[in-house]
Amino acid sequence: MNAVIQLEDIHKAYQTGEVEVKAVRGVSLQLAPGEFVAIMGASGSGKSTLMNILGCLDRPTRGRYLLDGVDVSGLGRDELANIRNQKLGFVFQGFNLLSRTSARENVELPMLYSRRALSSREQHERAGRALDLVGLAERADHHPNQLSGGQQQRVAIARALANQPALLLADEPTGNLDSQTSIEIMGVFQKLNEQGITVVMITHELDIARFTKRNLVMRDGRVVSDVPVEKRLNAEVELRALREAQAAVKLVP
Amino acid sequence: MRFFATIKIALRALRRNKLRTVLTMLGIIIGVGAVIITVGIGNGAKAQIEAQIASLGQNVILIFSGNVTRSGINTGWGSAGTLTVEDVEAIRREIDSITLISPEIRQIGQVGAGNQNWSTQLLGEAPDYFEIRQWRLADGALFTEQDVRSANKVCVVGKTVAAQLFGGESPVGQIIRIKNVPFIIVGTLLPKGLSLMGTDQDDVVIMPYTSAMKRVMGVTTLRGINVQAASERQLAETQRQLTDLLRQRHRIQPGRDDDFNVRNQQEIAEAATATSKIMAVFLSIVAGVSLVVGGIGIMNIMLVSVTERTREIGIRMAVGARGRDILLQFLTEAITLSSLGGLLGIALGLGGSKILSTTQGWPTLTSTSSIVMAFLFSAGVGVFFGFYPARKASRLDPIDALRYE
Repeated sequence: MNAVIQLEDIHKAYQTGEVEVKAVRGVSLQLAPGEFVAIMGASGSGKSTLMNILGCLDRPTRGRYLLDGVDVSGLGRDELANIRNQKLGFVFQGFNLLSRTSARENVELPMLYSRRALSSREQHERAGRALDLVGLAERADHHPNQLSGGQQQRVAIARALANQPALLLADEPTGNLDSQTSIEIMGVFQKLNEQGITVVMITHELDIARFTKRNLVMRDGRVVSDVPVEKRLNAEVELRALREAQAAVKLVP
Repeated sequence: MRFFATIKIALRALRRNKLRTVLTMLGIIIGVGAVIITVGIGNGAKAQIEAQIASLGQNVILIFSGNVTRSGINTGWGSAGTLTVEDVEAIRREIDSITLISPEIRQIGQVGAGNQNWSTQLLGEAPDYFEIRQWRLADGALFTEQDVRSANKVCVVGKTVAAQLFGGESPVGQIIRIKNVPFIIVGTLLPKGLSLMGTDQDDVVIMPYTSAMKRVMGVTTLRGINVQAASERQLAETQRQLTDLLRQRHRIQPGRDDDFNVRNQQEIAEAATATSKIMAVFLSIVAGVSLVVGGIGIMNIMLVSVTERTREIGIRMAVGARGRDILLQFLTEAITLSSLGGLLGIALGLGGSKILSTTQGWPTLTSTSSIVMAFLFSAGVGVFFGFYPARKASRLDPIDALRYE
């Protein structure tokens, strides 16, 4: 089977003033469809830079990047925008929803920029299905400020799914959420992954990484560890355990 | 991205900051409104001047008798009495391009009726004169060729004379004493108002030129001749033919000065319209400046808007918006802003013109072309001043934009 992501000796250097900062120094990586990967690392380890390259927001200074079989390392701004639109879905730590715009319209946003124009009814229906998938169908007309953090992140996931991408990229998706909501969001990712969607996420929380299937650790711009997850956590089970614990201390009825 | 989706996004962004949107548009609204009002006033004034010029008659050529200097005093045009009725006959006979012709005698004289009397302009003319000078009858009838041939003691009077001598009464059929010679008033004229030079055109008594010569003034020569050429194109040629014919009849040797003077109305009309042309140029400069100021306001706000919405731009780029999508979005916003301002400015201008003409009595004339021009110009201002901010937005780096706080 073809790899969704194939990185060959990726380097990225920034010029900040006089100093050249080598953020990524030779990462080679292969991701098969249906994988669920967590990239971990301390700040400055190069994981965010690698994520930006994976997300086609940035170009590597050296090396080859094949996304879904297409070499994207030499593409221009507009072509990268099209790749982001068609093949990638982003989930950010800060949700990054458009405020004063309903959940449904936020989800419709990627379709607005897709080259193959959809009728507004089709957009409407697709957005509805994506919201249904993350369990927010009945909140489609709410605005972000009327939604909780977890709900906002679900809307962001639905938006990422709108154009049926090959790859879902999440940059610390649980960074702004409490532990219970974090587990709920990981449940959404697990569910989507079971349906065959490839997910790559950055996190620095070890217990969150244990919901994934494969853990990468980066240090100084290199991948220093790449192991499959043993004793993988199941979000449903964890959630039930958490509820029982809360009931025991009478936190919830 | 589709056109309507872009407009929808632009309108939503503008609705979000209603006060700011309105204040930004105010520059354009006032600019366009001022343009519409000033152009309206300018056109109104121009139309008034043109109407005054038209009241002088179309394609009119005036021939004055020459002037004489006696004892060092120049008596001015028309005083020498070099033109005769025979000259008029010759012109009528020989020059085809002339449609109307009227000999003219002119004098200031005292007129009276009952116990009233009044000093006024006495004119002796042919019936053609009323057509040449665009005089319209208010009441009664004009005198005829028959009256001219018989030198009948009939006349028509202007509104001022009628009012001075008869008050509210109808003067038609009444007796008027012109320098103590009784005449019958056969008609009254519709008022023309002041001339371009500011004299009262309605302060006049007009009688057949034969009557004026024989019965009132006792002269045998003319002060001048009014001529109407068939068309504007033939004006210069007719003028030349008239000069040639009169020089020949008056036996003036080549190289000697004319003993008469030929002028045409066009020269006077051009002087008057030149003023309104200067006015129009001045107004368009003022209008242009105000619209540019409005445009700078739009540019300023669009730059603020781009900075404020950097994160939004980042999000849009992350989900696949290309540079040109972002450019189009902000450009549409700027154009919407300026066009909306333009439309409101047009409404303001039309309303203002209406108020000015009803309350101040200023003749305003708003033309469709000025409205269309104002609208297109305001939209153009949006394109011009919106482009730089929009381009700035489209060039943002998605990573930096997403990170922007």
